[in-house]
Amino acid sequence: MVAIAPDPVASKAASLRVRHVSKHFPAANGVGVAALALDDVSLSLAVGELVSVVGPSGCGKSTLLRLIAGLLTPSSGELSIGAEPITSPSAERGLVFQDPNLFPWLTVRRNIEAGLVARGVLREKRAEVDEFMRLVGLKEFADAYPHHLSGGMAQRVALARALINHPQVLLLDEPLGALDAFTRMHMQDEVLRLWQTHRTTMLLVTHDIDEAIYMSDRIVIMTQRPGKIDQTIPVDLNRPRDRSSSDFLRLRSNILELLHFAGAALAGNKS
Amino acid sequence: MSAAVEELQPQPTIVPSAQPPGAEAAFVIPPVVKSRPQTLLAIPVGACIALAIHFFVPKKEVVPPTHYYPLVLSVMLGLGVLGAALYPFFPGLRKWMRQMCPILGIATVTVGIWELITSCLEWLPLPYFPGPEAVLGSLVSDRALIFDSTWHSLVLLISGYAVGVAVALVTGITIGWFPHARYWGMSLLKVVGPIPATAWIPLAMVVSPSALISAIGLIALAVWFPVTMLTASGISNTRASYLDVARTLGAGRAYLIFRVAIPGALPSIFIGLFMGLGTSFLTLVVAETVGVKSGLGWYVSWAQGWAEYGKVYGALVIMAAFFSTIMTVLFKVRDRVLVWQKGVIKW
Repeated sequence: MVAIAPDPVASKAASLRVRHVSKHFPAANGVGVAALALDDVSLSLAVGELVSVVGPSGCGKSTLLRLIAGLLTPSSGELSIGAEPITSPSAERGLVFQDPNLFPWLTVRRNIEAGLVARGVLREKRAEVDEFMRLVGLKEFADAYPHHLSGGMAQRVALARALINHPQVLLLDEPLGALDAFTRMHMQDEVLRLWQTHRTTMLLVTHDIDEAIYMSDRIVIMTQRPGKIDQTIPVDLNRPRDRSSSDFLRLRSNILELLHFAGAALAGNKS
Repeated sequence: MSAAVEELQPQPTIVPSAQPPGAEAAFVIPPVVKSRPQTLLAIPVGACIALAIHFFVPKKEVVPPTHYYPLVLSVMLGLGVLGAALYPFFPGLRKWMRQMCPILGIATVTVGIWELITSCLEWLPLPYFPGPEAVLGSLVSDRALIFDSTWHSLVLLISGYAVGVAVALVTGITIGWFPHARYWGMSLLKVVGPIPATAWIPLAMVVSPSALISAIGLIALAVWFPVTMLTASGISNTRASYLDVARTLGAGRAYLIFRVAIPGALPSIFIGLFMGLGTSFLTLVVAETVGVKSGLGWYVSWAQGWAEYGKVYGALVIMAAFFSTIMTVLFKVRDRVLVWQKGVIKW
């Protein structure tokens, strides 16, 4: 087993800053009031940090990720990676969706190569394709088409496809949301392993509080419509974490309470 | 992986109809997969029935004796018996026979019935409805001209189709990808596209320097419309998430168009190619009948002019085989190009 050289990779990871970002979407019918998806969100991630964003659906978690990816532009505020402002999508910010979104017309190997082809560096980096396929344990599926893969396998291909570009920041939009409970726990370890090997800065959006506690250094809790950051909770548990330890469970009930409280407060505001 | 491998086996798509005359056979219900003795004996039994009709029912039509028809039936009988004998030993043959025996058997009987109601009973008026023997006889006697006509049709069809597809892919991708091109192109397409290509014949004859070029242009036009339409719709319906993923992988516009939008649109493009092929057959035959003085379309109308209906039907049989072979070739190309779709959708 060839270990992936950690140093050049580690040096590529960068910090992420989101400053006072708001995002409006035009109303669906083209007239009327614009919908406010994100309201004055500020967030920063240190180099190599893994931060989770949790919150009810419709709180703008995905919008936040798409803004960071550069697929959307903010209505106000600014986003930057290291010292560079984010203006457009780039291979420096990998994005993995809940749906693996593998290109169905490409084999597993060609899917993983896609980023190298897109950047025109396949020739120099071809050796890495094998490394990444080994890393995610899909060597024997190199020539299979995506529809032959299970959900977990497809998501591993999607992770490898994003990581092969050695992104400064890896954005994960509920990447394990569609998997069954066992596969999901297995994949959480897998993602952690990749994170530890690559020391990438990671921002993970999830519905799953256990997942957030198990994986991240910090948990950002968002409230619903307009999306706002409610609270940031550090997770000071040693890794590897035990899902049934008393500290884990205490933190879990705290967050549940917070979310419930956030929900009740919102309901109170509305009435 | 065995399931995956099995899925990769080519599935029967369409049946190449290199059958004896008797287009009715195409309406036979798809054969049951189980193989029974009836299946194996379908061809020999069919051939025997047809031979019996040929030899034992007295004929009213006066046909110069050619013996081609009984010869063909005897060959069918022989091959049918041979196939049934070799059936247990070759799995490939087994699969093919299971698929084809009922169709070929019924087709053979149909030819026999055709002879019965034409040559033997004269229920259908002559010279419009000759029996199989007369058709086969004129096919054989006119084979040089028919071969030549088929060759001319092939050249014309392929030239027109290639030009049409090439132009359509460019226009379709442009219209599908660029919003401005979409605005202008779609309007033009909606107005001009539905006009059947054959309606342009008067204009084509005036404008183009030769009948051949005008025919190529007409076929190209007939192909252009459906291929452009379906290419444009395939491109503009590219899943946004594929484009998002590609952008975050560092893709530029060329990658997005050529490596995401076009591969994603290929299933739709192939539907256009199939539709275009259908319209190109139609246009080919009409163009040959009206302008170009060669090809199968011309041959049919020429033979009809001489009231040689045996030749007309002979040419129709050749046409059926010719067109369905080309269709089969396109299916094979599709099977190769869209191999990734196997198991995703049912073909």
